[in-house]
Amino acid sequence: MRRVVITGQGAITALGVTAPATTVAMSEGRCGIGALDVEDVDRLSIRIGGQIRGYDPETVFSRQQLSLYDRFTQFALIAAREAMAQSGLVITEALGDRTGVVLGTAGGGLQTQEESYRAVYAEGKNRVHPFVVPKLMNSAAASHVSMTHGLTGPVWSVATACASSNHAMGHALGLIRANQADVVLTGGSESMLSFGGIKAWEGLRVMSKDACRPFSADRNGMVQGEGAAVFVFEELEHARSRGADILAEVTGFAMNSDASDIVMPSVKGAVRAMRGALRDAGLDPEDVAYINAHGTGTAANDRAECMAVREVFGGHADDLMISSTKSMHGHLIGGTGAVELLACLMAVRDGIVAPTINHRVPDPECDLDVVPNEAREARVDAAMSNAFAFGGLNAVIVVTAFRYGENRSV
Amino acid sequence: MTGRVKRDVERVVITILAEQAALKPEDVTLAATLQDLGIDSLGVVEAIFSIEEAFDIQVPFNANQPEASEFNIDTVGSIVRSVESLIVARA
Repeated sequence: MRRVVITGQGAITALGVTAPATTVAMSEGRCGIGALDVEDVDRLSIRIGGQIRGYDPETVFSRQQLSLYDRFTQFALIAAREAMAQSGLVITEALGDRTGVVLGTAGGGLQTQEESYRAVYAEGKNRVHPFVVPKLMNSAAASHVSMTHGLTGPVWSVATACASSNHAMGHALGLIRANQADVVLTGGSESMLSFGGIKAWEGLRVMSKDACRPFSADRNGMVQGEGAAVFVFEELEHARSRGADILAEVTGFAMNSDASDIVMPSVKGAVRAMRGALRDAGLDPEDVAYINAHGTGTAANDRAECMAVREVFGGHADDLMISSTKSMHGHLIGGTGAVELLACLMAVRDGIVAPTINHRVPDPECDLDVVPNEAREARVDAAMSNAFAFGGLNAVIVVTAFRYGENRSV
Repeated sequence: MTGRVKRDVERVVITILAEQAALKPEDVTLAATLQDLGIDSLGVVEAIFSIEEAFDIQVPFNANQPEASEFNIDTVGSIVRSVESLIVARA
């Protein structure tokens, strides 16, 4: 089977405007969550979020570009540019044909929708900007990444709520394995921190007003974030032949559906997804040293996820580390799996395991090593990243350390 | 709060919960728990929304910590009392 490796990563999150800035913040256990700065914030009951600071779109993009780029597209383009630069790929016409883009986003151009609705409903205007449609469409970010870099292979976007990015990256893996592409830019982007985006989430009464505290007994809900992460997935021989720096190998992926509840997680579905990803990677449970949890900080998710991990990993569940970096960057909804894969790459490549911050009180229902509050150094040969979305859509991805000279026979 | 207002609060809360549970209002007793009525977690959230709309109040309820909330959803009667105190607090 064709093997797939990662040769570039890029990101913009509340923790930093590049991938290294984000992972350094993770390794320092810094919190990117703070007071929200959005229009009409005084009419919200939830007023915190993982909002990106110190980012001025006009210093990055031209006026003409910004008339077509919703905030989620801007994030995707910034992350993709960084990932492409790191990969060192030179896109010729031939390679462009063999290169795709698969990006996850749950909401697409929500800022554009909100501004336009505000104009016609609240302000009584009778026209909106002429580019509203191409700006808000869910696939706009994927299209603009393909146009910016001349990537003419398979390009599309995936919307599966909080699992969008993991589904996107799983599909990117599949495209390369199936020889439908040699390179795929993949990951996800989300920009849901707006009055309407928060107002909608408030209704479910699962949001925290003070902090995201995954696995802590005193946790009281999730906190939203925004941003993007994009990776260059590349066929191993293609990467090797050009002497690329390989960050990790993508060895396993599985997805399934609970088919049970539109919001409540299922232990059974999570178990099947994690087992499926291990099987696909050809790994035993004991091979996994780190899990980046879905870990939303809600009562229901964290309890169910820990039960599922125990079931899959048995006795090894007490030896592995599991952390939720959402405690630092917030829940990026459709972009979250991509940002969380950064933590997995840091673990397998740098041997640094990101912590679960804001952890105050051990919860007997989450009695795993959740790497509370401080990062840890450890050798991690394989890491797993979980995403369990509303609607029961589960997607789990496994990455493995890649060291030149060590050729797995799986 | 007058007896009449209290009876109105009780009637409206019961109507909302009955509708949520697809029951007749006369089949909803003050002693019943939401579980007795077959109202699940999404049903609770929707019922609280209806209560907020009906009484023009803000219900402090976080589904992650139902027990830490001032809004007691143990039984139909406790919900009625919680609504009464929110109406008093608002006045």
